[in-house]
Amino acid sequence: MALIALEGIGKRYDLGEVAIDALRDVSLTIDEGEAVAIMGPSGSGKSTLLAILGCLDPPTIGSYRLGGDEVGKMSAAALAAIRCRRIGFVFQGFNLLPRLTAIENVELPLAYAGLPPRKRREKAAATLERLGLSERMNHLPNQLSGGQQQRVAIARSLVNDPDLILADEPTGALDTRTGNEILEVLEGINAGGTALVVVTHDVSVADRLRRRIALKDGRVGKDSDHPTAAEVIERRAKLALVEQ
Amino acid sequence: MSPADTLRSAARALRANGLRSALTTLGIVIGVASVVVMVAIGAGTQALIREEIERTGTNIIVVMPGAAASASGTQSALIRPTLSDEDAISLRDESYGIVTAAPSVPGVAQLVTPRGNASTALQGITEEFFTARNWRLASGRTIVAEDVETSAKVAMLGQTAAETLFGDVDPIGQTVRVNQVPVEVIGLLAAKGKSMDGTDDDDVIFLPLTTAREQIVGRSSVKTHSVGMITVKIADSEGIDAGIEEVRDILRFQHRLRPGQADDFRINNVAEMLNLQQESSAAMTRLLAAIASISLLVGGIGIMNIMLVSVTERTREIGIRMAVGGTPRDILLQFLAEATVLSVAGGLAGAVVGIVGAIFVRQLDMRVEVTADPMLLAFTFSALVGLVFGIYPAVHASRKSPVEALRSE
Repeated sequence: MALIALEGIGKRYDLGEVAIDALRDVSLTIDEGEAVAIMGPSGSGKSTLLAILGCLDPPTIGSYRLGGDEVGKMSAAALAAIRCRRIGFVFQGFNLLPRLTAIENVELPLAYAGLPPRKRREKAAATLERLGLSERMNHLPNQLSGGQQQRVAIARSLVNDPDLILADEPTGALDTRTGNEILEVLEGINAGGTALVVVTHDVSVADRLRRRIALKDGRVGKDSDHPTAAEVIERRAKLALVEQ
Repeated sequence: MSPADTLRSAARALRANGLRSALTTLGIVIGVASVVVMVAIGAGTQALIREEIERTGTNIIVVMPGAAASASGTQSALIRPTLSDEDAISLRDESYGIVTAAPSVPGVAQLVTPRGNASTALQGITEEFFTARNWRLASGRTIVAEDVETSAKVAMLGQTAAETLFGDVDPIGQTVRVNQVPVEVIGLLAAKGKSMDGTDDDDVIFLPLTTAREQIVGRSSVKTHSVGMITVKIADSEGIDAGIEEVRDILRFQHRLRPGQADDFRINNVAEMLNLQQESSAAMTRLLAAIASISLLVGGIGIMNIMLVSVTERTREIGIRMAVGGTPRDILLQFLAEATVLSVAGGLAGAVVGIVGAIFVRQLDMRVEVTADPMLLAFTFSALVGLVFGIYPAVHASRKSPVEALRSE
């Protein structure tokens, strides 16, 4: 079933004299539990698409249905509620609040969802534990490594059990090894049924996801299913078995 | 977010920028403190006047010799001894609303005892004096009609005079020389305390009117039976205006003044004077408090300024909060709470500083009354200032676009 249905989405930025069409006539659907990479050179509109998918920015034109609800005409408060409960964000620069501890950062979406303090703490602690950070819960972001900070950010995106996690270059600020670890974490979450949309210009990141949407000049260029790296390895192994 | 969460997060954000928060709220601190001190001083002055009114009574008229201020504002240069015993008697006997009229002769006398000497205020009085004025007896007896008739050499002492002259010794039955004339102390007056102008009401000696006139104040006044003042007590303070008219009519008749001729005496309505003083003091207090509250306003503008800076600095935080589910209302309340917590903290600190300041003023020998009302008012006002001046920055924060806020550095 379609989690996301975009129809004729356009986004125009008015810069006084000139207007820039960051997105033009984008139509696509993403199913529940899908794993999608959005690729494209800079200026291709992938950040704009992510902002629209994440209900951070309304489209200028077109229809966006999230889980069947038309998002385009919703109020700022209603959009905030959607971001709170149905969407989790993972950013390149982690975007943790520097004065809050790891667990307090994770509690934030729960607080905005209106959970009482004790429940918040339990749930946030459980989520951090799931990401292997139970020892670091009371550390401030600047006392954590980049990988740990991104795990905290993932915990925060995950804590309200969203339908969709949107990741904007989640490995961009990390070394290859840590980046791979983070991708594994994201893949694990996706395997649990949460849809995952990753914006990246890194092909090796995109290769790990089944579907790839390439943007060019604000339009969908190529939308194709790829075998993931794991499947390629599996297939090769099978082929090798057959050859024997 | 629950209100408790919002408040906690506001307090935290303010603590993170401790020095800046403290400096920002300084205007509020000073504003509230000065309102508290001003009102405390004003209330102190009014309490003083109120006590003075209670002391003299609200139904007292004092008649003095000499003309009232003329139309040109100058006073009659010559104050002739125009009041006499007979005036007091006719005021007593020929009036309706007058309870009593007590003539007295004021003066200053040198008092000497073996233990010490003092220059003390002297009053020659009659027995009516104690009905007219709120003096109470501590021990011994008061001056009675017989003392006045016989010019008895007896005296009553105020607490301060008794202490200077006799120390711990019981003054009753002792002798004191009043301007060389030996007089027996028959009564000790109860303490009255300081009057408003700071003079000690208890540094006083009372003699029978006749004794004072004949022996001490001035022999010239003996023949004319003149007195320095007549204290008139009216039945109740409601009838004070009628009482004044009655006093005037009787005295004009007594002095054979023709219509059109000016009074040769002055009538002071003590309570009215004090009431006027109280009113002007209250007006002064209000004025000072109003001036002080301007600094609250200035403080509020300071808060608004810093909150605007804070909103700009924390744009990214706002973006993050919006991305994880903060509604515009959540953001608005967060910044509004910060501004309000800031100003309320300033209000509390200001109340404390104000109380300390009031205590300091009291050390300067000024009467101050710290009451809860002005503090409550200043406190409410400062909270209001925070709210009002916090609204604009908070609205500004809540209207930011999430995507732009997230992109900001």
